Amino acid sequence: MDSGFDFDVIRRSWGYLFREGMTFTVTLTLLAMSGGIIFGTLLAMMRLSAFKPLSWLAGAYVNLMRSVPLVLVIFWFFFLVPYIGAWILREPNPIKVGAWMSAVITFTMFEAAYYAEIMRAGIQSVARGQVWSGYALGLNYWQTMGKIVLPQAFRNMLPVLLTQTIILFQDTSLVYVISATDFLGAASKVANRDYRLVEMYTFVAVVYFVVSYGLSTLVKRLQNRIAIIR
Amino acid sequence: MISIKNVSKWYGSFQVLADCSTEVAKGEVVVVCGPSGSGKSTIIKCVNALEPFQKGSITVEGISVGDPKTNLPKLRSRIGMVFQNFELFPHMTVTENLTLGQVKVLGRSSDEARQKGLKLLDRVGLLAHKDKYPGQLSGGQQQRVAIARALSMDPIAMLFDEPTSALDPEMINEVLDVMVELAKEGMTMMVVTHEMGFARKVAHRVIFMDAGRIVEDAKKEEFFGTPRSERAQLFLSKILHH
Repeated sequence: MDSGFDFDVIRRSWGYLFREGMTFTVTLTLLAMSGGIIFGTLLAMMRLSAFKPLSWLAGAYVNLMRSVPLVLVIFWFFFLVPYIGAWILREPNPIKVGAWMSAVITFTMFEAAYYAEIMRAGIQSVARGQVWSGYALGLNYWQTMGKIVLPQAFRNMLPVLLTQTIILFQDTSLVYVISATDFLGAASKVANRDYRLVEMYTFVAVVYFVVSYGLSTLVKRLQNRIAIIR
Repeated sequence: MISIKNVSKWYGSFQVLADCSTEVAKGEVVVVCGPSGSGKSTIIKCVNALEPFQKGSITVEGISVGDPKTNLPKLRSRIGMVFQNFELFPHMTVTENLTLGQVKVLGRSSDEARQKGLKLLDRVGLLAHKDKYPGQLSGGQQQRVAIARALSMDPIAMLFDEPTSALDPEMINEVLDVMVELAKEGMTMMVVTHEMGFARKVAHRVIFMDAGRIVEDAKKEEFFGTPRSERAQLFLSKILHH
């Protein structure tokens, strides 16, 4: 150990870092994104509903999730989900839920609150006349939403939804608190095993930077293209 | 066919419609005019329940619009509506705009809906634009597509909410021509407009509204001859001589 650093550790652990760690991170991001956008859209529709209890319920959920630190929510779900599962399935003992399932559920539920606010703004950005126009044709609420309002809301909000997804991608690294092996977790394990903390954490930072910055550049280009189409 | 009886409507404490009553018979063309804020757009939106009202009743072919048990989507599908800002669906092509309601509401096959849609598009002279998006069309063209879209549902009556107000002057006639033709074919129409030329040409009756009230409801000849109310006389003199 001449210079004191050994960056070869990255090459040696490459397969583990990406095949295990990054796969976990990317899969979790994609699942939480899809689930979060679907659930978040439903929350946004509830929140904009004229039926007050529904609107209040969605508002309370969104505000609660947005007011609690993510780490806390991860912990909380990790310890609570087994009990909720047992209650739903009527099992006498807490069911076994691995770190993976727990992480997917947590991130979906948590991100839904943020996606909900984005979709709410998106739905409100669609002119009132579009809704009238759908109703006037005889479409019902769900058809008007599904065919007319949501496609436009989604398109208007696409850059913001993607930006939120980039944040989600970074936030998934917090699963280390429940010992899941995401990209950071995998690197962390190698770092501690080989005692190569500086090398590994530097490398992890670079990878997160490249992916996030690359994606946000794409979003910016997309934004410009949407601006032209309008 | 359309019967409006003692309808009142409030936005909070502000009354937008006050005890409005009128009838539109089958095949009749009724023009509704009046200064802005007079409630003319509101009353036409009440007819297909896009706006709720608190008092009175509206029936379309005997079906009560205000009754919570009424199947509103079904009722609305039988009444065509054309809006001031066209309200075509910008994320769909012209053809898709014309077939959506037919397929989703009337349950027609997409082939059938397409044929019907294209026939109507040809009728308003826009067949060549069938694959374009609304944003690629001029205002007048968009409004003609909107009329074709409403007609694709085979409506028993048509409502027009200031169909030419958002148009450049040189495009107004192309839209009015389609409407005149429709009126001559015997379509039941309720038209909110300031186009008095249109009213003179095809209207049977003219309703004049002011401050939420129906001030004058008269045969066309009477209305343009000697309007009974001073308010209507003043309004007419203003829009006819500007």
